[in-house]
Amino acid sequence: MAATDWIQIGRMDDLARMDTPVHRLDARAKAVVTFVFIGVVMSFPRHAISSLTPLLLYPVALVSLGRIPVRYLARKILIAAPFALVIGIFNPLLDREPVAAIGPVAISGGWVSFGSIMFRFLLTVGAALALVACTGMNRLGAGLERLGVPRVFVVQLLFLYRYLFVVSDQAAKMKRSAEIRSSGRPLRLRFYGSMIGHLLLRSMDRAERVYRAMVARGFDGEVRLLRPSAFRWSDAVFVIGWVLLFVSARAWNLADGFGRLITGGSL
Amino acid sequence: MSHHVVEVRDLSFAYPDGTEALKGVSFRIEHGAAVALIGGNGAGKSTLLLHLNGYLPTRRGEVLIGDTLLTRETAALARRAIGMVFQDPDDQLFMPTVAEDVAFGPLNAGLPPDQAEQRVASALARVGMAHLRDRPPYRLSAGEKRAVAIATVLAMSPDILLLDEPSSNLDPRGRRRLIDLLRSFEHTRMIATHDLELVVEVCSRVIVLDGGRIVADGPTRDILNDEALMLAHALERPHILRHSHPH
Repeated sequence: MAATDWIQIGRMDDLARMDTPVHRLDARAKAVVTFVFIGVVMSFPRHAISSLTPLLLYPVALVSLGRIPVRYLARKILIAAPFALVIGIFNPLLDREPVAAIGPVAISGGWVSFGSIMFRFLLTVGAALALVACTGMNRLGAGLERLGVPRVFVVQLLFLYRYLFVVSDQAAKMKRSAEIRSSGRPLRLRFYGSMIGHLLLRSMDRAERVYRAMVARGFDGEVRLLRPSAFRWSDAVFVIGWVLLFVSARAWNLADGFGRLITGGSL
Repeated sequence: MSHHVVEVRDLSFAYPDGTEALKGVSFRIEHGAAVALIGGNGAGKSTLLLHLNGYLPTRRGEVLIGDTLLTRETAALARRAIGMVFQDPDDQLFMPTVAEDVAFGPLNAGLPPDQAEQRVASALARVGMAHLRDRPPYRLSAGEKRAVAIATVLAMSPDILLLDEPSSNLDPRGRRRLIDLLRSFEHTRMIATHDLELVVEVCSRVIVLDGGRIVADGPTRDILNDEALMLAHALERPHILRHSHPH
């Protein structure tokens, strides 16, 4: 199990079972704050970097109060990094107008917006992963449902999460058995094509069997969840506090203001 | 307590591709009996079990669960009396945590959450897995998964248990626990398996299936000791019987 759990999602569940002030917050509160956070981060103008820095506070707070290992989280963020790179990489080519200079080196607008994209990526993906790590997929699902997200989506999400392990385990086994018979040569692309095909067919078979097992226990199309959780005052304070911070960070450049405050003067 | 009885009359079934999986199967299982369903691969064991819980429609022949004739309309009702433990626990444990998985059936049956919770606690305690209630099912060992899968079914307080290959993939200790558990049940039980030693310990009666037909039906020791019969139908005489002597 551990060897095939290549992206170590299982560890997320271990983290989610810890007991810290952040873990004790209601899933809905954390989900709402994280969504607002992502929205606010996305709404900044494209050259924003310094004005985004105060927003680092949210993921950092989740990580440190939730006692989430930074190294583990960083590795998870790196897995998703190529997607952001692909989105941002053309900006330096397309936008070559210099907007700033460090000594003799002129920095083009493209590089600044590229930096901004990567920074936003770090903020949003970091916050989302920290959310899952300090809430757990199950509670998050239940929270989303109570926030009014359609049950079909929530159930799909939970099933996806549940069977990710089974399917990735199957994939790892197929790859291993192919490697054993490949006499040390690297596996060809054709193998991966047929592996994906097999995984699809097996998943369809499994879907049939899972459905059978659900029907056998009286499934009628509606998934009912146990799990009453209470929204307390601390949750409300959590939501209001963070949202206020995000909104003011969006409205004013807090980093700039803070800099002026301590240097005691105008630019 | 006639509703713990299972009766099958002249049941036949062909899959859409034309494979005839069952050809005129008939038997009756009395209340509280433990019956083994044995036979080689493709003999029709799983197909038969899927008829008994109403998943496959009865097209030719009849299935009676208690006094109820199984039809499309009565299938949902009959399923309340029947608990089916599937071959692969990963198919059966689909909820995010063990407790929620065990609660799935009771909640579907319309129990309020607090009563469902009681069912969860007692079913998990019954199989000795109460300590796992908040764990995600995919992190359990094969033996734990199997025990929890059985608990998901017990939580629905069925009258009849159907088990498909319950001892597959278990280590000897897990298998031993399973056997003790199965012996301790008072439910009417039907166990499809290749594990003939388990059959000797748990079941008093054996039905041998081959090519969709019942080729033998009788007391466990008589059937399993019939070496010619066993070998003719992809089976063997279990060791445990070779070395045991009547006292």
